[in-house]
Amino acid sequence: MVDYLLTEEQKMIKELCHKIALEKIKPVAAEYDEKEEFPWPIVKILADSDVCGVYIPEQYGGMGAGIMGMAIATEELSWGCGGIALAFAATGLGTFPILLFGNDEQKKKYLPVIASGKKLAAFALTEAEAGSDAGSIKTTAKKDGDYYILNGTKQWITNGGEADIYSVVAITDKTKGARGATAFIVEKGTKGLEFGKKEKKLGIRASATREVIFTDCRVHKDNILSREGMGFIVAMKTFDSSRPGVAAQAVGIAQRALDEATAYAHQRKQFGQAISSFQGIQFMLADMATQVESARALVYSAARMIDAGSKDIAKVSAMCKLLASDTAMKVTTDAVQIFGGYGYMREYPVEKLMRDAKITQIYEGTNQIQRSVIAMNLIKELAKNK
Amino acid sequence: MNIIVCIKQVPNTTQVRINPETNTLIREGVESVINPFDTYAIEEGVRIKDKTGGKVTVVTMGPPQAEDALREAISLGCDEAILVSDRKFAGSDTWATSYTLSQTIRKIKDYDIIICGKQASDGDTAQVGPGISAHLDIPQVTYVRKIEEISAGHAKVERLTEEGYEIIESKLPLVITVVKEINEPRMPSLKGKMRAKNAQVLKWNADDIECNVNDIGLNGSPTRVIKIFTPPPRKGGEILKGDTHEVVAKAADLLKNVIIG
Repeated sequence: MVDYLLTEEQKMIKELCHKIALEKIKPVAAEYDEKEEFPWPIVKILADSDVCGVYIPEQYGGMGAGIMGMAIATEELSWGCGGIALAFAATGLGTFPILLFGNDEQKKKYLPVIASGKKLAAFALTEAEAGSDAGSIKTTAKKDGDYYILNGTKQWITNGGEADIYSVVAITDKTKGARGATAFIVEKGTKGLEFGKKEKKLGIRASATREVIFTDCRVHKDNILSREGMGFIVAMKTFDSSRPGVAAQAVGIAQRALDEATAYAHQRKQFGQAISSFQGIQFMLADMATQVESARALVYSAARMIDAGSKDIAKVSAMCKLLASDTAMKVTTDAVQIFGGYGYMREYPVEKLMRDAKITQIYEGTNQIQRSVIAMNLIKELAKNK
Repeated sequence: MNIIVCIKQVPNTTQVRINPETNTLIREGVESVINPFDTYAIEEGVRIKDKTGGKVTVVTMGPPQAEDALREAISLGCDEAILVSDRKFAGSDTWATSYTLSQTIRKIKDYDIIICGKQASDGDTAQVGPGISAHLDIPQVTYVRKIEEISAGHAKVERLTEEGYEIIESKLPLVITVVKEINEPRMPSLKGKMRAKNAQVLKWNADDIECNVNDIGLNGSPTRVIKIFTPPPRKGGEILKGDTHEVVAKAADLLKNVIIG
C-alpha cells in the first residue's frame, strides 16, 4: 500500500468507513442490489458514526475534514457497495452548492441537519434534453413578488424522492443565455414538488434515481443560492468540488475488484495449480493494481488541492474523475475475466462491480465532457502563458 | 446512574492460527481486540446511560497496551477509563482477577451497576463477573439477555437459561454478565474516536487500589494449571440407514448404551 501520509483524522475516517463497509455494507450489498431498495438502515449507521458530516465544517456540526475526508469516506464505503455509498456521496453533491454559495442563514439552516444525517440532499440539474448540454435546461423559475414559481421536470436525480433538500437549477431569464439560470434550495414537502417513478438501472441499484417534477412550485427568494443569474456558475463550481467524490467512488469499486480478483486467483486451481501462478493472470493483476493506485493518487492530489484553496481546480478535478472512472471500468472488467464463468454469475461479487463501475464514466459529466474541460483548460493556459 | 463496565483485551480469534507441530495458538503478531462479549457489556452500559443519565466508567486489568481497548471503549460511548496495571498482577487466575477488579470498584466508590461480558473468548471461564459480585458482596445475575427496567436502586432483568429465561428483580448495586442477545453493539463514531484519542486514561497500580499482596497475582491465585493439551478430535458420527422402525429401534438401543452404559 502506498503511504499517502494521511493525517490522524484522515486515518480515523478511513479505518471507520472501512469497518462499516466490511461489517455492515458488504454483507447486505447483493441483497440491496437485487431488491433495488434504498439503504436507510445503512444511512442510520453512517449518521450515528458522524460520517454524514465528514466534509461539513465543524461550526455546522461536521468534522471539517474537507474534500479529502469526503474522498476517503466515499472510497471506503464504495468498496463495500458503490450503490449504497451513493446515499452519502450524492448528498455531498446536493450539499456543495450550499457549502460553496449559501449565505450564513442558509448554511445554519441546512448544513447541521445534513451533517447529523437527519436529512439527505440531492442535486437537480439534468433534464431529458439537457445532459452534457446543461445550458439547454427548460425548467423555469418565474418571479412573482417575493417568490419564484418553478415549472419543469428534472431527470435521473440521484437520491430523488429520498432526500429532503434539493439544490435545483432553473432558468430565470431565457434571454440571458448562460447568465439566465439561478440555483435554488427546495425542500421536500414544498407544494408543487413531486417525484416521478423510480428508474430501473444497470448498476448502483441500491441508489434511488427519480424524476423531480415542479408544477407551479413556489419557492421564496431567500432560497436562492448566490444570486439570480448565477445558476450555471453554482453548478460548474459544484462539479469542480464534487468530482473527486465520484472519482473516489470509482477507486473504491476498482479496489474491491482488485481485492476479489487477487483472492480468487490465489484460490482457483486449474491445470493443477493456483491460477495466480500463471504469468498471464499475474500481469493482469499487476496492471490492475498499478492502475488503481495511479487513480487513487490523482484523486487524493485533486482533493488536497481543493482543500488547500487552489483556484485552478477544474482541470485536475476533471482529470481525476476521468482517470478513476475509466480505471474502474477496466479493472472491474478484468476482474470478471479473471473469475471466468464464475465472474459472469450473480452469485459472485464481481459482475456487480462491473455494472456499478459503468455509471462513474457517465454521471457528473460524461468522460467526454471531462476531456473537453481538460482540453479547454490546456488551451486557456497556453493563451495565458503566451 | 453510575455504570461500571469491566472489559478484557484478548487476541483476535478470527486471526489466530494454530501451530501444526505443537497444536498451540500462534499469538505472535496477532492483533488484540476487546473481548467480543464485552462489546455487548459496553453497548448496554452506554444504553443505560442514554436512558437514565449518569456516566459509564470502563475498567480493565491488564498490561499497558490494554489502554488501546479502553480508548476503543471511549470511542463507543464510555466516559471514563481506568487501567489497573502492575507487574504484581501477573499470573492472576479468575479469583485474583475478580479480587483486583473489586478493589478497583471499591476505589471508584459510587456505582449502581457493574456489567461484564458473560465470558472471555480466550479463557472461557465465565467466573470473573460472579467473582466481582462475591468480593463486593452484592447481588449478581449472569447471562442477562435483556434489562426490562432499571431505576434508582432497582433493576428487573431477563436471564437466559438452557430451558428458556428467568425474570429476576434485584436491588442495586448489582453485577450482571450479558449474552450477545442483549443488543447489537454500535459502530464507533468519528467524534467518539477523536474524544478517545484525547481522553485521559487513569492508571492505577496495586497500591493505589489497596490490594492485599497475598490476594493478587500468582500468589493470590488458588488455580494451578497442570497441563494444557488439545482435546482429541471428535470421532465422526454414525448414520443409521434402512427401514424406519429398525433405525429407530437401533437408535434407541444406542442411546440406552450412552445413558445407562
